[in-house]
Amino acid sequence: MLAYIARRIVYVIPIVIGVALVCFLLVHLAPGDPLVAILPADASQELAAQLRTAYGFDRPLPVQFGIWVWKALNGDLGTSIASGRPVLAEVMSAVGNTIMLALAAAAIGFFLGVSLGLIAGYYRNTWIDKVATSIAVMGVSVPHYWLGIVLVIIFSVQLNWLPAVGAGPGGSSSWAWDWTHMQYLILPALTSAAIPMGIITRTVRALTGDILSQDFVEALRAKGLNERGVFRHVIKNAAPTAMAVMGLQLGYMLGGSILIETVFSWPGTGLLLNSAIFQRDLPLLQGTILVLALFFVFLNLIVDIAQATIDPRIKRS
Amino acid sequence: MSAISEPALQVPAAPKSNGYWTTVGRRLLRDKLSVLCGSILLAILLAALFAPWLGVADPYQGSMIRRLRPVGTPNYILGTDELGRDMLARLIYGGRLSLLTGILPVFLAFIVGTTLGLIAGYAGGKLNTIIMRTVDVFFAFPSVLLAIAISGALGAGILNSIVSLTIVFIPQITRVAESVTTGVRNRDFVEAARASGADTLTIMRVHMLGNVLGPIFVYATGLISVSMILASGLSFLGLGTKPPEPEWGLMLNTLRTAIYANPVVAALPGVMIFAVSICFNLLSDGLRSAMDIRN
Repeated sequence: MLAYIARRIVYVIPIVIGVALVCFLLVHLAPGDPLVAILPADASQELAAQLRTAYGFDRPLPVQFGIWVWKALNGDLGTSIASGRPVLAEVMSAVGNTIMLALAAAAIGFFLGVSLGLIAGYYRNTWIDKVATSIAVMGVSVPHYWLGIVLVIIFSVQLNWLPAVGAGPGGSSSWAWDWTHMQYLILPALTSAAIPMGIITRTVRALTGDILSQDFVEALRAKGLNERGVFRHVIKNAAPTAMAVMGLQLGYMLGGSILIETVFSWPGTGLLLNSAIFQRDLPLLQGTILVLALFFVFLNLIVDIAQATIDPRIKRS
Repeated sequence: MSAISEPALQVPAAPKSNGYWTTVGRRLLRDKLSVLCGSILLAILLAALFAPWLGVADPYQGSMIRRLRPVGTPNYILGTDELGRDMLARLIYGGRLSLLTGILPVFLAFIVGTTLGLIAGYAGGKLNTIIMRTVDVFFAFPSVLLAIAISGALGAGILNSIVSLTIVFIPQITRVAESVTTGVRNRDFVEAARASGADTLTIMRVHMLGNVLGPIFVYATGLISVSMILASGLSFLGLGTKPPEPEWGLMLNTLRTAIYANPVVAALPGVMIFAVSICFNLLSDGLRSAMDIRN
């Protein structure tokens, strides 16, 4: 087990280096001089040269990459051009909101997905199964940004039950666990729950169907075990795979929240990314993507290790 | 010399055997849901292609005096948008860019990813390691994040959005292609071809390609739905096409100001994205079970 964990951790190192390289190259992929975004339009040649040296753009790319990685390792992701604040501080102040939204959405999506999936798999090829799989297909096919707009139209515009945008009254972003703040979380969380709900329903349904058709279930029933007992066995056998899928989905929600955060003006990393893109704030863009991708890599690592721990069948080489 | 007469040499033509794909096609046509989804997609595609000859209004022609008319207005069946342009015309014309930016990346990634996966799977060794470890790096990004990162760095534009989505899907298809190829490579018929002296290129083209394309193709069709949502999502964010071009994602964005005045019209472009995406998903499911001949 320990050997597996060690191997899995070593395997992450080249991935992390690759991720850093991709994030670094993003800025150089951008058309034109990376300085253009920083320079005022009427900047003199001397100022341009000065800034070029200050940002290190005059050095060879591998050297720039080395310096960038070294600084990143020391917690320095550069300075946001738009706000003048350190990139890491900007990202860290937004990441909490994104995590909160992802966890709320995960709670809704995973609960619905597991329930629908178990029911559909258990009552396979009945009308119950058909309804559950239809809901699942809609979940995986829906453009979630549109779903967000539709929910706003219904619950904010028409019924006036819930606020349409923001994370707190008066555009404040300081959070509190009371109803005034919680109601801002409901629509974004429901919206982001749609896709994981659909994917997990499909996964759990397939798993349940497969397990129920195995010989040992027959044996359990022949032994006289009641359906509740059989169901417990199904859940036990489906858990490792289902958990792996859930972990991946949680990662997608953390990293891919930009569309939903834009629809709801939710002050998380996605909204930060959005403003970085449109203000051509390349250090902020680069830093936010690096942090989110590293988050995703480590979440995958944890999921893999957790899966190997709870599933004795996994003796991977 | 020829003791055998000519007619004797002529073997009676074997009854034309139905190829694998013919069988798959027939099975797919028997599936009512797949046929329905295919027809809807075909109708949307044809309408988009032949939009200028359908007799709908000019999708660019607005009017300040007839903005945000509701659905069902005479002459404007689906209402008008925030600039008074005919919604029906814009939804039909919008299919052009939306379908192009949604389908083309998957098609391009299918070609590149299959090639890379075939090479990695067949060559094995160092080449496999290089290709597959590079693919792993791209898997370290959630697809939405990767698409937006590349698009954001390249800047707004249809071409950039197609490029970024293609880059998002190449690793996914490469991974599937590699695993299918590795599976087929060790089968007896490939071994037999190699033993009988066929060169690598011939083996890949004649013996491998036909056996790996099916599974990769099904996987790729399943990606179109994701690609449609992402492509329109990029436009929705302002990273795709620019106004006044009709495109479903961009229309959804510009109509957001109208959710109070005319919510039904404001939601219409999303209905199109949803419909296309769900049809591609169901069609892909249908294709998968049609190809699973064992059942």
